[in-house]
Amino acid sequence: MFGLRYLTHVVTLELDEQKCNGCRMCVEVCPHAVFEIVEKRAKIIDRDACMECGACAMNCPEGALVVNAGVGCATAVITGAIRGTEPTCDCAADPDCC
Amino acid sequence: MDTPIGKIPRVKARLTSRDWYGSWKVRWAIGRTRYRVPPGLYAVGAPTHESPVLVTANYKMSLDLLRSELAGHDAWIMVLDTKGINVWCAAGKGTFGTAELIDRIDRVRLSDVVSHRNLILPQLGATGVSAHAVEDQSGWRITYGPVRAGDLLAFLRAGRKATPEMRRVRFPLFNRLVLVPTELAVSSKYLLIVAVCFLALSGLGSTGYSVHQIQAVGSRSLLMLLAAYFAGAAVAPVLLPWLPGPAFSLKGAFVGLLAALVIISRDWAGPGIFDNPLEAGSWLLMVPAVASFLTMNYTGSSTYTSLSGVRREMHFAVPAQIGAATIGVVVWVVGRFI
Ligand code: SF4
Ligand code: SF4
Repeated sequence: MFGLRYLTHVVTLELDEQKCNGCRMCVEVCPHAVFEIVEKRAKIIDRDACMECGACAMNCPEGALVVNAGVGCATAVITGAIRGTEPTCDCAADPDCC
Repeated sequence: MDTPIGKIPRVKARLTSRDWYGSWKVRWAIGRTRYRVPPGLYAVGAPTHESPVLVTANYKMSLDLLRSELAGHDAWIMVLDTKGINVWCAAGKGTFGTAELIDRIDRVRLSDVVSHRNLILPQLGATGVSAHAVEDQSGWRITYGPVRAGDLLAFLRAGRKATPEMRRVRFPLFNRLVLVPTELAVSSKYLLIVAVCFLALSGLGSTGYSVHQIQAVGSRSLLMLLAAYFAGAAVAPVLLPWLPGPAFSLKGAFVGLLAALVIISRDWAGPGIFDNPLEAGSWLLMVPAVASFLTMNYTGSSTYTSLSGVRREMHFAVPAQIGAATIGVVVWVVGRFI
């Protein structure tokens, strides 16, 4: 989509095509159309669109997907840094903010 | 409504004005922001043992959205305990997750209510739920529905198939607009703290500390801070796709700089609001810095930023923001003594 693309070459998503059975689950759950099935195997067609939500890895029955999942939220990174933890989304005031 | 396991509450598909008022308050962060409904099983219309079971979070707006789409249809809605948080955020935290789902199926005795073993989950719940794990552990099969509740009926009609478009998360103008009040409310706490500091420092001048100074310099400062606040928390988020750079901090800085330039440019035309060019200039650093910080925090509300991306962005943005703000404050104070 024009304009709404985030930084490129940063995403931690990895696909092990050897393990993939072509079940399509990753295509179904991915909110940013990162995958396509090509010749009965998943293929990453738009890596930079990945927001590292982790849905694909969570739902791949073969464990073919690995991604360092987390919330892409600066406030969470700051909160995490202050508390010395991983980024955490306890900005309790805001239900729309993860 | 009566079922083999006793009475199950029926929810209306029509939203009332009270529902609308409640969600309006939540958007503006008035009163409680976690707006809960009790977890459990609900009926919409007159569902039977063959009706679909839809799963959602116990954030009231999630349930409202779902039930209002189901007007005129019969379905079961199973509400998970997500501590009053919406599906996507709860899935990210894991409260909308495999364990809670399996547990809730048991607790509401879903197997006694319906004869099938199929659940429809919102696609955005997939971040917290592992479909194959649920099936292995409980025998229930999960189908992920569309991202937006608005596509639900089309999805059901198509035989529980979502089109690629239904699977895409977008971040259109409307969505960015409805988030503005929340963003303003959340950022207002920063505004308040910063405003108090600036007012206190405004009194300092070459003639000592004076109340007159606070009035003159302080009111100009408040104007500039308000400009930064609206630029960073409202204007930049709404104009997101049309602003330069993929980085949110850059987009915010850009709008902040424009806002500061617009206000200060009045001084070039004649006597304006600043009587000191150094003071005016300092705001060209401070407004972009503050706006940049606020817009950077908007990554949390956006729907496409990755954690790795945010980390990378902050790596260069935070030092730049702190640098610009520090130099700005120094020039702002020292300028009065020169
Ligand atoms: S979910 Fe896993 S196994 Fe299924 S298509 Fe995707 S990568 Fe392959
Ligand atoms: S982590 Fe999320 S956005 Fe990235 S590929 Fe997987 S499902 Fe898609």
